[in-house]
Amino acid sequence: MKGRIFSVVGGMLLLTVCSKGAAPAREPSAGPTPPASTNPPSAAPAPASASGSAAGGTITGKVKFTGTPPRMATIDMSEEAACKAKYPSPPKDEAVVAGAGNTLADVFVYVSAGLPANAKYQAPAEAVVLDQNGCRYHPHVLGIMVGQKLEIKNSDPLLHNITAVAKKNRGFNVSQPNAGMTRDVTFSAPEVMVNLECNVHGWMKAYAGVRPDPFYAVSGPDGSFTIKGLPPGTYTIEAWHEKFGTQTATVTIAGTESKTANFTFAAH
Amino acid sequence: MKAVWRFGGLAVGCAVLLTAQPLNRLTAQDTTAGKQVYQKWCAGCHGESGAGDGVASKRMIPPPRDFTGAVYQIRTTPSGQLPTDADLLRSVDEGLPGTAMPGWKMRLSDRDRRDVVAYIKTFSTFFGDTAQRPQVLQFGKEPGGGTGDEALRVGRQFYDSIGCRKCHGDMGRGDGPSAPTLKDDAGHPIFAADLHQNWRFNGGPTTSDIYQRLRTGLDGTPMPSFSDLLEQKFLTETELWRVAEYVRSLSPNEAPVVRDVIHAPLVTRGLPRAPDDSSWKGADTYWFPLVGQVIRKSRWFAPAVNGVWVSAVHTADSIALRVTWDDRSQSPTPDWLGHVGRVLATLQADDSTAEAPALWPDQVAVQFPVAIPVGMERPYFLMGSPSNPVYQWRWTSSSRDAAVAGLARGIERFDSLPRSGVAARAVYDHGQWRVVFTRALASSDTASQLPFRNGRAIPVAFFAWDGSNGEHGTRMAISTWYFLALDQPVPARVFISPVLAMMLTLGLGLVVIWRAQRKTSYRRQQ
Repeated sequence: MKGRIFSVVGGMLLLTVCSKGAAPAREPSAGPTPPASTNPPSAAPAPASASGSAAGGTITGKVKFTGTPPRMATIDMSEEAACKAKYPSPPKDEAVVAGAGNTLADVFVYVSAGLPANAKYQAPAEAVVLDQNGCRYHPHVLGIMVGQKLEIKNSDPLLHNITAVAKKNRGFNVSQPNAGMTRDVTFSAPEVMVNLECNVHGWMKAYAGVRPDPFYAVSGPDGSFTIKGLPPGTYTIEAWHEKFGTQTATVTIAGTESKTANFTFAAH
Repeated sequence: MKAVWRFGGLAVGCAVLLTAQPLNRLTAQDTTAGKQVYQKWCAGCHGESGAGDGVASKRMIPPPRDFTGAVYQIRTTPSGQLPTDADLLRSVDEGLPGTAMPGWKMRLSDRDRRDVVAYIKTFSTFFGDTAQRPQVLQFGKEPGGGTGDEALRVGRQFYDSIGCRKCHGDMGRGDGPSAPTLKDDAGHPIFAADLHQNWRFNGGPTTSDIYQRLRTGLDGTPMPSFSDLLEQKFLTETELWRVAEYVRSLSPNEAPVVRDVIHAPLVTRGLPRAPDDSSWKGADTYWFPLVGQVIRKSRWFAPAVNGVWVSAVHTADSIALRVTWDDRSQSPTPDWLGHVGRVLATLQADDSTAEAPALWPDQVAVQFPVAIPVGMERPYFLMGSPSNPVYQWRWTSSSRDAAVAGLARGIERFDSLPRSGVAARAVYDHGQWRVVFTRALASSDTASQLPFRNGRAIPVAFFAWDGSNGEHGTRMAISTWYFLALDQPVPARVFISPVLAMMLTLGLGLVVIWRAQRKTSYRRQQ
């Protein structure tokens, strides 16, 4: 009798495990579906339209803002002598980097709509480098393709931690207590923006615009940007700024022409 | 036949166990059943949709986990990866000490807990993504020699060199230079752990737990993973274990246990009036947990002071009572104003108008009844009532070498008394306040200022405020009534009487035996 009970229990255990095996298969994917373009870009051959980014249309423009440039707070680096020593005068917060004539740097400009839905683009083999130097991120704003390597390195002889705060990508939080440490990461889904932060130094912030295509740029100190190699089409161009929000423009590219898209933010 | 049955069952059982998948997958999980468990037990805090926005969520710091992002603190996997099912089950089973999340092992069946884990995973699409399969880290075994002085010295050395002190502070009380600016991924305020309170560590109190958290980081919080140090050969595994051992050594061997009665021994060398007087070393220390004041408005759900250590001694004519508690900030300080703002923004206030952050001091209050009660009746523990006030000593960090005594007639009314005779001295030392109150035992105002007497259980209660956590007025941490007893010197007869009694018993016994033996030998002779 005892033996019978034992085998019954064993059978139940087997059943349990079997039903367990089946569970993931019929599990409904609740919630929002992941973005369509989560496929690893390296696996997909680049379509003819995107091959050779020298060909195709170009969008250039300048980013400016109206109003008075907001006063950026001075960063107190007194806790970190090694960082403080790297600046002749106390560094300022980088939320708004304005140039002469109210030009605006660190604006991420990208094609938010208009590319063929099925187009796939190969991520470049070279890595984007994010350097922690002088208790600041260099660059402050960057663009990167899905699957492209982001090399995060520490040039400071002190502890930085790099927290990635993301929704569509996996966030992480890793430490680099020594100069010369590096960490390679990749992002699996388009996301504007993935926030990168150092919790040790609350002022350290960087932003990564993760795109499934190579059609993006970050405005320079003079506010200018260039996006090259666009196939013919009508595109929505979005400009993102850390403090001033986003703006959009519509641009139609017919051939190998160059079109202009300027953006003007309102300072607040 | 029976044997065959039994063997068959055993074989099937073994086969099932052997073919079961890796350890991190659990047996049968049912999301439908899990949903029922979730809605009954979890949704109140974590919300119907798993976004961490249940009805109770606005009363908590840290707030409940938002399951939609699938970012979890307690994992055995590298930072950025999903947790395993076993990791999730562990958090459900054990809860997260130091937070509002209780352990469910004793409250829900195995089946229910597994089902609810399966259901929690449905809130995020990451769990369905085959590219996101987690890899469990290999933690190895703790190397030997971890409790020796040399090991702890090495641990301390790397504690400094890898930057733990930046947030956790030089003495580990969570008071490092970066501590006031810390936020979780969602921008909520978060404290660096007080490493002297391992019973409140979210991921468990042991050296092994600490080592695992160093390796994995606590995703979603400012605590990073230190695994890259090993992979890039800046540190050996043994050295990182030493850090964990050092951190473990900061807390007591056992979590403190509440003992209801503070015994204040009689000292003859004079009353210790300073917090670091050597006489305190001989006095026993008592732990009393504090909780948020959630009875009267405006209520306070996120107190920063979670307990006080208390010692007391007395001389023939005076009493000294030392209250020690960990506090990350020496309030009032502008450094923590940003934190106060985040706390006030995260917690839903009782008042309709949101309060602006301000510079509030740290405070502590010690409460007694006005007179030693006869019988069990005591005044209302929460600062008495208008008809039945309590006698309190109050100290504030804005005037740290003084104390005020007075009568509290309910939580909102405190009338200070003149000529109270209560003095105080305080030190703030690396994230800890130590405050000594002194007073004469006798009182000239016996109507309102308690006269202390030997050998009686005197009710006592404690209250604390951390100004840099937005605490002031009714927003505070409170305790219930405990007792203070002024021990009398033990009279010599207490020691002599048992010895006399024993000797008497022994003597009588010997007499009985001797007489019995005499009788026996008498009979034999006959």
